[in-house]
Amino acid sequence: MSRLRLYQIAVVAGFILLLEALCLAGVIDKITMPPPHIILRDLFLMLLAGRYFDEIGKSLVNVLVAFASAYLVGVIIGTILHGQKTTREILDPLFATYYAIPVFAFYPLFIVMFGLGDGPQVLIGFMLAVVAVIITTLNGLDRVSPVLKKTARVSGLNALQTARHITLPFCAPYLLTAAKLALAYAFIGVIGSEFIMARSGVGYEISYAYTNFDNATMYPLILLILLLSIAANSLLSRWERVLLARRGQA
Amino acid sequence: MIAAVTAQVTLRGVTKVFPAAANVNPVHALGPIDLEIRKGEFFAVVGPSGCGKSTLLELIAGLTAPTAGKIEFEGHAIGDNVPDGVGVVFQEDACFTWLNVIENVEFGLRRTTIDKGEKARRAAAVIDMMGLRDFARSYPAQLSGGMRQRVCIARTIVAQPRLILLDEPFGALDQQTRLLMGDEILRLWRQTGATVFLITHALDEAVMLADRIVVMSARPGKTIDLVETGWPRERDSRIVERENFGALTSRLWKTLRKESLKTMGRAG
Repeated sequence: MSRLRLYQIAVVAGFILLLEALCLAGVIDKITMPPPHIILRDLFLMLLAGRYFDEIGKSLVNVLVAFASAYLVGVIIGTILHGQKTTREILDPLFATYYAIPVFAFYPLFIVMFGLGDGPQVLIGFMLAVVAVIITTLNGLDRVSPVLKKTARVSGLNALQTARHITLPFCAPYLLTAAKLALAYAFIGVIGSEFIMARSGVGYEISYAYTNFDNATMYPLILLILLLSIAANSLLSRWERVLLARRGQA
Repeated sequence: MIAAVTAQVTLRGVTKVFPAAANVNPVHALGPIDLEIRKGEFFAVVGPSGCGKSTLLELIAGLTAPTAGKIEFEGHAIGDNVPDGVGVVFQEDACFTWLNVIENVEFGLRRTTIDKGEKARRAAAVIDMMGLRDFARSYPAQLSGGMRQRVCIARTIVAQPRLILLDEPFGALDQQTRLLMGDEILRLWRQTGATVFLITHALDEAVMLADRIVVMSARPGKTIDLVETGWPRERDSRIVERENFGALTSRLWKTLRKESLKTMGRAG
C-alpha cells in the first residue's frame, strides 16, 4: 500500500474517530446523532433482520434503471451529435449551463404529470445523469486524433470496424468516466426525489425516520446509501485507473 | 515497354483543389503534377511548408481523390480507396495506446488471411528487426518517441507492402534519433525490396536517404527539380561524408530557397 493511500485512509478514519469522540463526550447530543459505532451496529442488526430489504431493493432498481437508460441514451446522443456539427453548436450553451438548472425543481411537475410512482424519480435520476454522459462521450470522441482516423483508413477498416477497433478502445476511459458520473447522478436523483416526496424507497424511509426522531433507522440507512454509492464508484474508478495506467495517464 | 514495367506509381496531370467552404476560398493545393516512381527505388519529396507535400502523399495513398488527373499504382487507377500493397507511416504518433507492442504490430496483419501462428511469427520477426524485442509486451506509453515511431513502422512493414509512404516520419524526433532511424529505414528498404516514398522538409535527410529527390514549388505545388543522388544501394548515414553530399544539398537549397521565400511573402 502506498504512503498516499495510508494518508487517505487516515483522514477518513480520523474523521470517524472525531465524530465518535464528539458524540461520546456529549458535544453532539444523542437526539442529534448517535456515535458512529452505534450507527454501524444498528445497520448490521437491520440487515441481519432483513428490515427494509424491499425498500432498498426498490431504490436500487430505480437507480439502476435511471443509470442504464441515461448511459445508453447519453452515449447514443453523444455519438450522433459528434457527427452533427451544427446541432451540436446549437445545443452547446444548453450543455454548458445544464448543471446550473436545479432539476429537482421539476419534480412536482413530474408528479403531476406521471403520478407519485417510480416514474418521476427515475426521470429525475435520468435527467441529472444523461447530460454528463453526453458531454463525456463527446469529449472522448473529440480526442480521437486525425492520425488515428487516417491509420484506420490505410488499414482498410470500414466505419463499423473503425468504431470497434479504434474509436471504442480509444474512448474506453471516457466511457468509464461517463459511467461513474451517471451512477453518482442516478443515486442523487433517485434517493433525493424519494426524500422529497414518495411513498416508498430508502430516501422516503430516511425522511420518514427523520420526522419521527427515529435515529436508529435514519442513520443506518444514510450509512448504507453512502457505502453502496462509494462501493460502486470505487469499482468503476479502479477499472478506469487500470486503463489509464496502461496509457501512461494515471 | 521497359518504362511501363519499372514505373510502380504514375501521376499524370494530377491536381488537387480543396473546394470552397464557408468563408474560405477554394485552395489550389497541388499540381498539375507528372511523376513516375520506379519500383524498388527510394524516392524523396522536399518542398517549402504548405506546398502540398502531404497532400501528394495522401493522393498516392488513396486517402483523398485528385480533382483532376490520374494516379496509377502497379497499373491500376487509385480512387479514394487505399490500395492493397501500400503502407503508410505518418509524422504523428499513431500507436494504439490501448494495445501493447506485439498487438500493435499484429494489427498490421489483420487484412491478411494467414493463420494465427504465422501471424505471431511474422510480427515477432519484424519486432526483432526494429529492435523492439525487449519491449514486445510494453505499452506505447512506456516507450520513447523514437521507439513509438518504430512500432508504427513495424506495424506498417509487417504487412509486407510493396510501396511504403513515409510522411515526415522523423519530424517529431531529435537529431540523433533521426540519423539512426534513417539508417534503420535504409536497412529496411534493402531487406524488403519495397519502394519507399519519403516526404520530408529536411534537405540533408532527403540527400542521405534517397535515390531520387523531387523539389516542389510553393503552393500550388509543382515539381520544379529532380535530383539523382547516384548513391550505391548499400549505404548508411555515413554517406554524408561523401564529397558530393554537400553539393547535392546546396543544389536542393538553391532551388528551394526561392520557393521558401515566396511562401514567406518575400521575393527572392
